Amino acid sequence: MINTTDNNTADNSTNTADGAFEVKVGLAEMLKGGAIMDVTNAEQAKIAEDAGACAVMALERIPSDIRRDGGVARMSDPEMIQQIKDTVSIPVMAKCRIGHFAEAQILQALEVDFIDESEVLTPADDTNHIYKNDFAVPFVCGATNLGEALRRIGEGAAMMRTKGEAGSGNIVEAVRHMRALQDEMQRLTRLGKEQLMSVAKELGAPYDLVCYVAEHGELPVPNFSAGGIATPADAALVRQLGAQAVFVGSGIFKSDDPAARAAAIVKATTHFDDPAVLLEVSRGLQPAMKGLAMSEIAEEERLAVRGW
Amino acid sequence: MNNTVGVLALQGAYQKHIDILSRLNIESRLVRKAAELENCNALILPGGESTTISLLIQKNGLYEPIIDFAKNHAVMGVCAGMIMMANEVDDKRVTPLGLIPFKALRNFYGSQVHSFTADIKLKFNNSTFKAPFIRAPGLENLTSDVTILARHNGDAVMIGAGNHIALSFHPELTDDTRIHEYWLSK
Repeated sequence: MINTTDNNTADNSTNTADGAFEVKVGLAEMLKGGAIMDVTNAEQAKIAEDAGACAVMALERIPSDIRRDGGVARMSDPEMIQQIKDTVSIPVMAKCRIGHFAEAQILQALEVDFIDESEVLTPADDTNHIYKNDFAVPFVCGATNLGEALRRIGEGAAMMRTKGEAGSGNIVEAVRHMRALQDEMQRLTRLGKEQLMSVAKELGAPYDLVCYVAEHGELPVPNFSAGGIATPADAALVRQLGAQAVFVGSGIFKSDDPAARAAAIVKATTHFDDPAVLLEVSRGLQPAMKGLAMSEIAEEERLAVRGW
Repeated sequence: MNNTVGVLALQGAYQKHIDILSRLNIESRLVRKAAELENCNALILPGGESTTISLLIQKNGLYEPIIDFAKNHAVMGVCAGMIMMANEVDDKRVTPLGLIPFKALRNFYGSQVHSFTADIKLKFNNSTFKAPFIRAPGLENLTSDVTILARHNGDAVMIGAGNHIALSFHPELTDDTRIHEYWLSK
């Protein structure tokens, strides 16, 4: 080969596929093994980062307050998100309403690192989610089962999280959703190829993604857990059930000592399968958020049923 | 001879490195405590969030043990792991290990919407590598002890010093094992 260019030019490499799906999933990969924390202002964002959060979710009201206040919950003020972006160096995520692609466009223009198309906010479209492949910024979406997860990935989600029940401080729904997802994925690995089209029909999921799960036994994107994580033990539980990282919403800043609890949850997420470390980080924390039994949350007030 | 590669597993993309090593038929072990460095003959510091990894290195008592380990074992640092290998970082939230003399610049390429894939030229075998850059860091203040192994738009993105290499992009997110093989052959 004849090299006719000088050294400097030869070093110039070409950018390809800006915003490609692999690059979006790449950031999700970097967040694995970590804790992503809901924060409502720059001060909380700093506490989260200092405690070792691998990302923060910027939102005006944490889920338990949204639940208490009622009314319509919308995208947060970009000014408040900007202040958080200016305060921390870790990735900043923000939520838009289900189907509200204009809110998503605004968040992309603001250059948040991840958008959560979230059931915690009041849905804007009762039939359609955002077509996420149109965006350069990656999306995370919630799911309660495999069909829902694969529909979101089909639309372009680069990360999934099981929904749990946000703002409840109760881990039972997060466990239910993670078990449902894992069970369904395991079931697919035992099926013959001739059964997969029927499964795609049954799940309402894209056929190619059903085939992927049947072959690999896992989602084609990272799968995290959210909704109800309030203690280091909760984080360890969902990690052992297969969550690759955890979202902690109300659990930290609704507790009596957010900084210590945040640091304990970070450590528990890393050492999720080491009971000696879990014991050490669970000792002596101030009380966790009070939380709600599922029987205290009316069916129509449950957030996990939002999304289709 | 023992041939186990340790992968720091505090936070981040550690499993992807283990997957690459297993495709190369190389034993690996997760490192979360200093004792787990024993019986390793090389160490990977994976990508993730450098503030988180730096903090957890301190909290898990791994700071001095990794520095000692690196005195006579090969270390590869990727993205956040590369930042940890520097002797200086442009952000006091990170306490680097100082394994290679250079300064790391966090989020040099901007936020996630500016993440990209680029074809870069690997100098050690003059071939092209399709490299994903995810909120990637930059490098500066490279001394003569440091060899530049690849550039992107003129900026160093992969360096070597002794048995160590440091990269601002992510070979573990590709199916391409050449960079891991190169490092292990050093």
